[in-house]
Amino acid sequence: MRFVSELIGSVLNWAAVQADSGFWMPVQGSTGAVVVDRIFSLILWVSVFFFVLIVFLMVFFVVRYRRRAGREEAEPSPRHNTALEVTWTAIPILIVIGIFIWGFRAFLNLNVPPANTYEVLVTGQKWKWLFTYPNGQVDENLHVPVNTPVSLVMTSEDVIHGFYIPAFRLKRDVVPGRYVKLWFRATKQGEYQIYCTQYCGTGHSDMWAKVVVHEPGGFERWLEEASDFLKKMPPAQAGERLYRTRGCAQCHTVNGAAGTGPTFLNLFGHQVPLEGGKVVVADEDYVRESIMDPQEKVVAGFQPVMPTFKGRLTDQEITAIIEYLKTVK
Amino acid sequence: MTSFDTALDAGGPGTGQNALGGDNYLNHGRGLKSWLLTLDHKRIGVMYLIVILSSFLLGGIFAMLIRTKLLTPGNSALMDANTYNQIFTLHGAVMIFLFVIPGIPAALGNFVLPLLLGAKDVAFPRLNLLSFYLWVAGALIALGSIVTGAVDTGWTFYTPYSTTTNTNVIGMIAGVFVLGFSSIFTGLNFVVSIHKLRPQGMTWFKMPLFLWGIYGTAILQIMATPVLGITLLLLIAERALGIGIFDPTLGGDPILFQHFFWFYSHPAVYIMILPAMGIISELVSVFSRKHIFGYKFIALSSIAIAVLSFLVWGHHMFVSGQSLLAGMIFSFLTFMVAIPSAVKVFNWLATMYKGSIWLATPMLYVLSFLFLFGIGGLTGLFLGALAVDVHLHDTYFVVAHFHYVMFGGTVIAFLGGLHYWWPKMFGRMYSELWGRVAALIIFVGFNTTFFTQFVMGSQGAPRRSYHYVPQFEPYHVLSTIGAYLLAVGFVIAAVNLGHSLFRGRLAPANPWGGATLEWQTTSPPPHDNFPVAPVAGDPYDVEAWTFDDRVGGFVRKTQAVQSVGS
Amino acid sequence: MQAETNGGAGVAEAHGEHVAHHFDTAEQQFESGKLGMWIFLATEILLFGGLFCAYAVYRANHPEIFVYAHRYLDKTLGAINTAVLICSSFTMAWAVRCAQIGRTRALVRLLAATIALAGCFLGIKFVEYEHKWKEGLLWGKYFHARLEQPAPAAQPMPAPTPSFNTEERSAIPPAAQGPVGLAKPGHPAVLGESQGPPRDVQVFFAVYFMMTGLHGIHVIVGMVVLGLMLVRAARGEFGPAYFTPVDLSGLYWHLVDLIWIFLFPLLYLIR
Repeated sequence: MRFVSELIGSVLNWAAVQADSGFWMPVQGSTGAVVVDRIFSLILWVSVFFFVLIVFLMVFFVVRYRRRAGREEAEPSPRHNTALEVTWTAIPILIVIGIFIWGFRAFLNLNVPPANTYEVLVTGQKWKWLFTYPNGQVDENLHVPVNTPVSLVMTSEDVIHGFYIPAFRLKRDVVPGRYVKLWFRATKQGEYQIYCTQYCGTGHSDMWAKVVVHEPGGFERWLEEASDFLKKMPPAQAGERLYRTRGCAQCHTVNGAAGTGPTFLNLFGHQVPLEGGKVVVADEDYVRESIMDPQEKVVAGFQPVMPTFKGRLTDQEITAIIEYLKTVK
Repeated sequence: MTSFDTALDAGGPGTGQNALGGDNYLNHGRGLKSWLLTLDHKRIGVMYLIVILSSFLLGGIFAMLIRTKLLTPGNSALMDANTYNQIFTLHGAVMIFLFVIPGIPAALGNFVLPLLLGAKDVAFPRLNLLSFYLWVAGALIALGSIVTGAVDTGWTFYTPYSTTTNTNVIGMIAGVFVLGFSSIFTGLNFVVSIHKLRPQGMTWFKMPLFLWGIYGTAILQIMATPVLGITLLLLIAERALGIGIFDPTLGGDPILFQHFFWFYSHPAVYIMILPAMGIISELVSVFSRKHIFGYKFIALSSIAIAVLSFLVWGHHMFVSGQSLLAGMIFSFLTFMVAIPSAVKVFNWLATMYKGSIWLATPMLYVLSFLFLFGIGGLTGLFLGALAVDVHLHDTYFVVAHFHYVMFGGTVIAFLGGLHYWWPKMFGRMYSELWGRVAALIIFVGFNTTFFTQFVMGSQGAPRRSYHYVPQFEPYHVLSTIGAYLLAVGFVIAAVNLGHSLFRGRLAPANPWGGATLEWQTTSPPPHDNFPVAPVAGDPYDVEAWTFDDRVGGFVRKTQAVQSVGS
Repeated sequence: MQAETNGGAGVAEAHGEHVAHHFDTAEQQFESGKLGMWIFLATEILLFGGLFCAYAVYRANHPEIFVYAHRYLDKTLGAINTAVLICSSFTMAWAVRCAQIGRTRALVRLLAATIALAGCFLGIKFVEYEHKWKEGLLWGKYFHARLEQPAPAAQPMPAPTPSFNTEERSAIPPAAQGPVGLAKPGHPAVLGESQGPPRDVQVFFAVYFMMTGLHGIHVIVGMVVLGLMLVRAARGEFGPAYFTPVDLSGLYWHLVDLIWIFLFPLLYLIR
């Protein structure tokens, strides 16, 4: 029953999305999307033409030449026809060369950014995207101003991830140990989906984020407000925000449920059994050490898979997190 | 039409038609040992058929589990995310390495190749048996790894995830490594057989086109598989010894793995499709009762595909960070490799022109193939175009594309070939009615399952996803309904074939009117293949054969005239 | 990896020829065996080809690593090994000739000589490997040699935005160092040694051990196969009418030698 109502809900959802976009493609959110869609359409119509031709001929021949009384044998016909065969080889060659050239030119243009782009650093890690803005602010979503060329400089912290914005028709693998660049120019305000498309483990299909395209002036306001959160919010609230947006929530729950790492519920101030038998108290030093050198004290029953956050969290942020953990009861 | 389907007794032993009551390869030597240690290519082919179809069943079960989970977008009681990731990996690895790559060459090729050559066996029968046992060993090692921590990397094993995950990667790839040798030795055997065992009068351009397809495949198996071998060895060394070749923290390059991997895996997909196209060439001629059109172009296109297939691997890596120049070259060559396949389709259609088209079960699979492979091949154009591939890569569009070519292409052709050679292999005819019903259900089920995925993919749905956004739920539900329909179709086909082994009409020597040499011996063939050494003629001279009601199959025209007169 | 040693013949008899039932003539059988063996050798070339490719890629991108690290290989031992293998190819070819003309005693002795030379090759390789092991000149994560000078301070990474902290990066557990990937734009190609040891010297040894290790495995397998040939030859199974297995084993052995002839200059003689 629940399944049926969920299904109905999603059909309505689908219909709403269709109204906004097309049958094949999602909404066109950037200048690049328009270019890609044109080539897609070209290939689509060429394919439809040839497919209909082939299927039509096939069905026509089956009907017209079907085996029946009086037609137990084939009619005499040539076993080859060089002119015909050369023609139907040459014409497809010309067509695909045409498609190739158009696709290739568009690809070049899509990959050469204009001068003066606004640069955002993108980091992929298991299982979260993080976006670092030029003023140092790190956020879990990609905020950009509308109608402004934006460059993304991307890398990975661990394994290969795939950065994908369907609405912009944009995708690139992010590789540990190197940087890759993309650029786009968003044309419509709104929110668009970001996915990870390169399989990266348990949380691969949870590695979602959003592109938020702001109206003129809106981006600057957002950035200013977001950057000050450490100063403006009470430390525990800032810590909660850091917990959610900086890669802790992927592995540590706050409601007691099991995860890749121990839950934070009732953690602070209590005893923690470690691998090897020792027992320690989860105080400020313990939390700080677990963030900077997570392999030092591994909790009993858990794998030593936590990466270090050295260089990724400032002292002020760690303090905020500690304050937040004190409230998780 | 009905005169071809009545249950006529095809004549008892010694009439040169059916040999089930007499001496044939199935009862030549009894007992398990005579099968397990056989050097007879026909028995090896049957053993391969059994294990390969079992692998298809296993891979299919994994597929049904995946599709069932994907009915809902969130967490599922059926399986958690880790299990899902392992199951899609196993589905891919089992289907590709255990089923589709060995598939047609091992299960059908082994049986039919020497018969098509009028020969007594392949060039190296003991190597052939070794290939079979290498397959078994590799399969056991690979499947054994499930018990010790099933892999979750996807069948592509990309580094650095595959070098750092704590699932049993080494177990799985060791199994694949052994399977690779099975493939190499089969290819080696087939190449030497075709070079050295052709009979008098069968020049290269008088060979059946199935042999051209097998030959092209065998070249790919020989040349490409060793590169997979070294790739897997390097991956094992990376995991076991920390050799550092793919690890950026040790100076290595994870993208190098992708280059090595796809250098094999792209030719691998042509290993999958070339024999299938060979089968279609045979079937379309026989069931149009007409000589194949454009023999030379079809034969040469198999070689062209084999050669070009080595030059396009980078089209799997357009978004990996490889240079724009490399992308351009690979895109161009990818479009070129599409052309020989298109040419074949036109030649097959031209073969049907003015023919006498017989909609027996094998022919229904031919028509399915033309439709499904047509879609599969054309959607390759989208993926070969650089700018469009950026959007479609790693989405469900790619999943749909490769299922259309591998499943809608190779598996459908495999089914066509299986139904075509079944009477020869086992001496029995199956029910045409149920054969056609199954073919139709499979066709409808397949399109329902996978066409939906094209649209889902171009709308942005990423692949390998346990969770998905609710917008895609209607697509997934429709796709799963199609999958269940597919399963029903396969069950019907399997029951139909299995039932025929016990209750089917006795098959004549040539039920379909083929002109290739395998139809000039009894059904099933004797141990030595031919009671009398056959003379090779034109393999597509189907018009020299006519249906004889008394035999319930085709006989040479001169014979029929004589038997009518006597 | 077994070399396929005959073209499907049944039990080889000491006298006369035995043609398998599916071949029409002995010649067809022999030619099939030869073709099969050449195809197998092609697969071996492709197997090693992957490693040569990896060598080419890493050397093209980091010539300084190869120039620096290859000095730790002993050119003399390598040259001796090359001579040893070339001699063994000579004794092998001579052995095949003896089989062809029916000189069984010489055949047995030459096979033994080939195996002995192969053993000598492996012995020298063992000495080389032992030295590397002691010095810590190993691959990837096991590299712990003390090089001439301390490695230079962390080289500047291409910093994308000014405020992003590139000094301390997170680690992929359990690996410890920061990422240093293959594509480092702007990295100076150091062909001389004036700046001390380059980063990632272990890459050279990873390539070295993979290539010589896989080659060594093939030498061992070759010794086993030649041992089997020796036993059969001693039993008088080979003569002018039937010497295919010796011939095909010889082809395999020549390939093993040929691969080393490429490995030696590429690994030992870099300038």
